[in-house]
Amino acid sequence: MIRIAGLTRRQWAALALVLGLAVAFLLPMVVTDYRSFQFTLVIIYAIALMGLNLLTGYNGQISIGHGAFYAIGAYTAAIMMDRWEIAYYWTLPAAGVVCLVSGFLFGLPALRLEGLYLALATFALAVATPQILKYFDSWTGGVQGIVLFKPDPPFGLPLSQDQWLYYFSLAIALVMFWAAWNLIHSRIGRAIVAIRDHPIAAQTMGINAPLYKSMTFGVSALYTGVAGALGAIVVQFVAPDSFSVFLSISFLVGAVVGGLASFTGAIYGGLFVVFIPNISEEISQAAPWAIYGAFLLVFMYVMPSGIAGFLRRIGAWIARRNAS
Amino acid sequence: MPAATVSEREESQAMATPERTRTAAPLLKVEGITVRFGGIVALDGVSFDVESGLVAGLIGPNGAGKTTLFNCLSRLYKANEGDILIDGRSIVGSTPHAMPGFGIGRTFQNLALFQTMTVLENVMVGCHSRTRADFLGSALRLPWIRSEESRAREDAIEMISFLGLDDVAHVTVASLPFGTRKKVELARALAGKPRLLLLDEPAGGMNHDAVEELIALIHDIRERLGITVLVLEHHMNLVMRVSDKVIALDFGRKIADGTPDEVRSDPEVIRAYLGKDA
Ligand SMILES: Nc1ncnc2c1ncn2[C@@H]1O[C@H](COP(=O)(O)OP(=O)(O)O)[C@@H](O)[C@H]1O
Ligand SMILES: [Mg+2]
Repeated sequence: MIRIAGLTRRQWAALALVLGLAVAFLLPMVVTDYRSFQFTLVIIYAIALMGLNLLTGYNGQISIGHGAFYAIGAYTAAIMMDRWEIAYYWTLPAAGVVCLVSGFLFGLPALRLEGLYLALATFALAVATPQILKYFDSWTGGVQGIVLFKPDPPFGLPLSQDQWLYYFSLAIALVMFWAAWNLIHSRIGRAIVAIRDHPIAAQTMGINAPLYKSMTFGVSALYTGVAGALGAIVVQFVAPDSFSVFLSISFLVGAVVGGLASFTGAIYGGLFVVFIPNISEEISQAAPWAIYGAFLLVFMYVMPSGIAGFLRRIGAWIARRNAS
Repeated sequence: MPAATVSEREESQAMATPERTRTAAPLLKVEGITVRFGGIVALDGVSFDVESGLVAGLIGPNGAGKTTLFNCLSRLYKANEGDILIDGRSIVGSTPHAMPGFGIGRTFQNLALFQTMTVLENVMVGCHSRTRADFLGSALRLPWIRSEESRAREDAIEMISFLGLDDVAHVTVASLPFGTRKKVELARALAGKPRLLLLDEPAGGMNHDAVEELIALIHDIRERLGITVLVLEHHMNLVMRVSDKVIALDFGRKIADGTPDEVRSDPEVIRAYLGKDA
């Protein structure tokens, strides 16, 4: 067993997890409400990226349309809260189920498509979403969208609204990451990865590849949909133009930059999606997207297997140096 | 769906066992299989039986149609004509992923492993058809899922030991040498506890010692695991030594079917092989 500074690989991972959780827990106590809000968005995007990661990273199906599921989740939450006055926390399971079903149904015909063709089919979904939302304006409020109210912390907890939403999102994220971890490290997860690695061999082993691919699509959409519902609650506003194609592409960028087929990758991706546009704007008011593009190029060039893959390689390098 | 596969298999075994004792129906019955690829007739009305408990060999020069036949047996190709029966039940209407449910396991001529997974994980995928864990139960890590998972792990480790792969159990397969990867494929196929194991050119790329080891292994698979084996090879040597029965193909037609000695001395077989070699 290789040890670095007296700890095994597993122990390092456990230590990193504990430290990460401690930082996540203390963060809203030491930063402003606005920063808490930004980190809440990081958590929400991390959930969405985890969903995309299940599909693209682990199952090998490329989607540039996950913004559509995020939108479906967001509107499910907004409509339930605004029209039916249902408590915000009930909107999450509802958004999850709606997106699970829509993802599964979209995944069925998409089975005929591979690689770039599948990517284009999902792109079609992303392109169509804003206008479909505008068309059903009696439900969605059309171009105006729906404005929501920020929930107060329950049980008289001594937290600001932003702090409460941060902890609420964090709790949801932890549960969902735990479930995804279990799923990936199970018979189902092995089947999902087997289909990506060698679809024919996978079928010969008895894996019903079409069913698993559609189910993975559904579960992936569920994650992104719950993230969308949380996003609506936290941002207190949904409008068709928040869910443009650019959102879908940001998700794919986040998933790839963070590191595909990686749990921590989804978190790094969330940080990238939230903070890199802001940092770009601070650097240049005139051409923030040029700066963003430069960031993207640098990330892809320096870390071709994403931030998570990069850190893993550094860890392996340190271990090797220690061993020799 | 996987749950259905398992119960299907139990059902087929339950139905098949008494029938087999009555009529001694062969485990595998291939009836007049014809496969065409455009103008090429890869298989032309091939028929043969493999009785339970045998090691059967399928020989033929390159391009004879052996792999095509295997791909029909695992439903990767659809036959234009003919029928394939396992224990008297036709598999021709079933999907590839239903084949382990019929008790068919296989290896591939050109390795078909899950490259990013470890040896143990690859072999555990082999247990897929015998396990039932679903999406929700797995995500929630329910108790029955955990016990099924540890049983699958034990089974996989047993197969890994059977093939002497203990040292590399936690190594990613992509980094292993060719011969070791062939063994991983075999372990993965065996983890599905098949009744009929299809081996596509298992000795391909192997040296003399490795072939000797393989011969012992095929005997072990039949004797200790009680699995019927159909070995496909274009080299006669291995097949002649391990098989109770040999079927010879040439240009998609069956040219001989009998004991190794009968087939070895069959004039058509000699001509097919000499013709190719000369
Ligand atoms: N997918 C395919 N498409 C077209 N022709 C094929 C295909 N698979 C096999 N064939 C042809 O069928 C014949 C038999 O091939 P194969 O079964 O691979 O032979 P063997 O395994 O005995 O060497 C060959 O002529 C081969 O070119
Ligand atoms: Mg072949």
